[in-house]
Amino acid sequence: MAIAEEIPRRDETGVSVVVRFCGDSGDGVQLAGNRFTFDAVRAGNDVATFPEFPAEIRAPAGSTAGVSAFQVQFGDHRVYTHGDEADVLVAMNPAALTTNLAHLKAGGILIADTGAFGRKALAQAGYRDNPLDDFDPHRARLVGVDMTAMVLEALGGFDMKRREALKSRNFFALGVVYWMFGRGEDEMLQWIGKKFARSDTVRQANTAAFKTGMAWAETTELMAFERPVADTVAAGERTITGNEALSLGLMAAAALADLELVVGCYPITPASDILHYLSNERDNGVVAIQAEDEIAAIGMALGASYGGAIGVTATSGPGMALKSETLGLAVSLELPLVVVDVQRAGPSTGMPTRAEQADANIALAGRSGEAPVPVVAARSPADCFHAAIAAARIAVEHMTPVVLLSDAALANSAEPWSTPELADIAPIRVPRARAPAGGAKWLPYARDARLVRSWAVPGTPGLQHRIGGLEKLDGTGEISYDGANHERMTDLRERKVAVIGERLDDAIEVYGELSGRLLMVSWGGTYGAVRQAVCDARQLGHAVSHLHLRWLNPMDDSIGDIARGFDRVLVAELNRGQVLERLRARFLVDARGLSMMAGRPFGRRELHNAIVKALNS
Amino acid sequence: MNNPGTELAATERTLSRKDYQTDNDVRWCPGCGDYAILAQFHKMLAAIGARKEEHVIVSGIGCSSRFPYYVDCYGLHGIHGRAPAIATGLKVANPDLTVWVVTGDGDGLSIGASHLLHALRRNVDIKVLLFNNRIYGLTKGQFSPTSPRGLPTRSSPAGNTDDPVRPLDFAVTAGASFVARAIDTDTTRLQDIFIAAASHRGSVFVEILQNCPIFLDGVFDALRDERGRVDLVDGEPMEFAGKVLGRNERGRLESFDTGHHRALIHDVTDRDTARQLAAIDDSSGLPFPFGILYREERAAQHEAVAGKGRLDIPGMQRRLSASSRVRRQTP
Repeated sequence: MAIAEEIPRRDETGVSVVVRFCGDSGDGVQLAGNRFTFDAVRAGNDVATFPEFPAEIRAPAGSTAGVSAFQVQFGDHRVYTHGDEADVLVAMNPAALTTNLAHLKAGGILIADTGAFGRKALAQAGYRDNPLDDFDPHRARLVGVDMTAMVLEALGGFDMKRREALKSRNFFALGVVYWMFGRGEDEMLQWIGKKFARSDTVRQANTAAFKTGMAWAETTELMAFERPVADTVAAGERTITGNEALSLGLMAAAALADLELVVGCYPITPASDILHYLSNERDNGVVAIQAEDEIAAIGMALGASYGGAIGVTATSGPGMALKSETLGLAVSLELPLVVVDVQRAGPSTGMPTRAEQADANIALAGRSGEAPVPVVAARSPADCFHAAIAAARIAVEHMTPVVLLSDAALANSAEPWSTPELADIAPIRVPRARAPAGGAKWLPYARDARLVRSWAVPGTPGLQHRIGGLEKLDGTGEISYDGANHERMTDLRERKVAVIGERLDDAIEVYGELSGRLLMVSWGGTYGAVRQAVCDARQLGHAVSHLHLRWLNPMDDSIGDIARGFDRVLVAELNRGQVLERLRARFLVDARGLSMMAGRPFGRRELHNAIVKALNS
Repeated sequence: MNNPGTELAATERTLSRKDYQTDNDVRWCPGCGDYAILAQFHKMLAAIGARKEEHVIVSGIGCSSRFPYYVDCYGLHGIHGRAPAIATGLKVANPDLTVWVVTGDGDGLSIGASHLLHALRRNVDIKVLLFNNRIYGLTKGQFSPTSPRGLPTRSSPAGNTDDPVRPLDFAVTAGASFVARAIDTDTTRLQDIFIAAASHRGSVFVEILQNCPIFLDGVFDALRDERGRVDLVDGEPMEFAGKVLGRNERGRLESFDTGHHRALIHDVTDRDTARQLAAIDDSSGLPFPFGILYREERAAQHEAVAGKGRLDIPGMQRRLSASSRVRRQTP
């Protein structure tokens, strides 16, 4: 089950640029960012993105609460993060500028719509004076352009209200940025033609705005970006977000197992897109049900698994809490089930659109009784595809519920994507029950060498049986309150998960030497930032290696030995040290934690500073 | 068939009710109404010539929820209140099955009321048998959501302060497409309802009044009196004890003398009347209706959500390629 590298490994450093678009929720910032990213990939760059949007659907226009932002780093080499600071910041209004200027690097380029900096808008953003007047040239190079006026002028001939016409400002901004980075005009125009095929006016308006932006940039000669990014990576055919890749991965797993995919979901940010994607796949055999609540969602998934399908439910933290009892039942029943937790900042409602990794504990142990569950964590948006297959494979082949961890950043961020070849991925074997020869009785809880029981799907003649959440007698599955049997069953359930570790060849990934001064440990979505920081440190000649955990349970036995080869071990995670504590307890290594609870992924510099500090301590 | 042996032989001959029993000792208290219900269920399976492998019983937690262990078909004893959700997933994944849900007043109308409501309104093709004994039995005698107001129990020593749920009212209002009531002591009617339920396509809700001899013995004794009950027969007047149910001038149900021009003829497709019948409770001063209150034909959930043939590996490969191709043009 080796995980294919989605991107050919090249030099780890090279030229890369970070562009950040920001504006009001209604300004089309996400669309602009996504489109710019897509064409960067098509041009041959590697990319990593980070969209940030408010949890509120429509905060008051022009307010700081309503600001939406999209950051992309693109480069001529492997790009692991969306970048700490933007080289170019595109600000569509004062509220966006005041909330995003800190993301622009000193000496960067600020492109601002001067026409949006009127008195009212400035006041809404808390500015007394227009910050664009006397803008400090040492802070950034200001490229002020009255997009508002130019768009209104360009669209003067269209039958549009002012408000409608101003919706095309994002295309003006795109025109400017496309010209800066030498992106082709034709592909964008073609795309606008298709995307807005339903409305002639909108299509023509966006086309005109885009062309006007490009023309303006071209005639304003100061605009050429001084660091061209070579188009040499050929990272993928398109971009993909974590939630879409995860949905496709679940579908691929069903095909690999030749089973039906049944999805029970209750809407919850940031997992809802999985429900959306899969609801759209009915013609491809997916049954997606929007349940009445999180408990029903997992109940339906488990019922579907009992009925012979791959049952899946996708949720986030609060939903995980509600699913706990049914997950325990799934452990007891020993049926396949995939529970996707797209983690967000908690506790409780927390910050629904912000990323965190603080559900490791609930995934690993958040059930009553001794209820071991394998836990796998996706490491990047495109990797969500492979992680979903891995989760479904272990669930089906080992007859167990599996928790698949993603997070809010992976869910919405994009990464290059090339169509995977399913022929290169091993089919999923289904441990179907067969009636024993000679009229012998089939036993629901008889196990094979890997301690896996067989799957007798209702409807199969001769295999009628009764199972439930009461403790079962080893083998027969009959109700048993015998203490010695319970101890044996508890041990069997634990070992059943542990033996899965013997077959996982991707449980961990080590980058660098197996000994040295510092081992950086990551799991899940911190992979990219940690890898980047380790690459940076190695460029500087430091003996730093990177250990990434794909499976949190079972934990690879070799982790302890690897960790002991280093002077220091630093576990970077977006929580208070949940996996750190497990590593310390399990392997008795003096690992230290690097925690951050800021609702966003680690930055390259934060990690670099932490590495330097650890090396100097 | 590749399953030689006893089962093949068993399915080829006509099965008797005993063939549907399991080896498990039935562990309800002596005198429990559940025994009679179980016997009628076995009898029904024999009567309809059920193939054992095509029936599944899903249950929650409580005395009634032990039911699956005593019927030789597929069975899943789940967790408290969630049987309707589990059964929903089972039915969509495996639509050829006949799926029964056995639940109780606590399981179905307290902890699991939400799931029950949604399963009924979605017209999930499951047959819900709710054993209503108006008390918590397995946890030893606390009041349930159907317990009479004022009832002293271990958790309501000064008397239950809650008004009871009306299960049939709940089911009709939720949108069940088959709503009926039976009582453990009237095995003939129970049998008839089971047989009708088995062939209904859509959400079935059967309230079975069931005596708990330990914690609330005799709670249904008033219904033994023919003045306390009306047996509904489709197309017949709602007669009981020389009286008949009818609608008064204000549109409300009232008892009249037999033959009165206001007498109602039972029509199982009349939802408005079903709602009125379902609302009869301890305080109505009217006989409790038994039999099928309401029945309608409408598309079941699994038919509405069914996927169109799942993808094999080449099909999925095409799906993946198409997504990349489409995305190249119009993300």
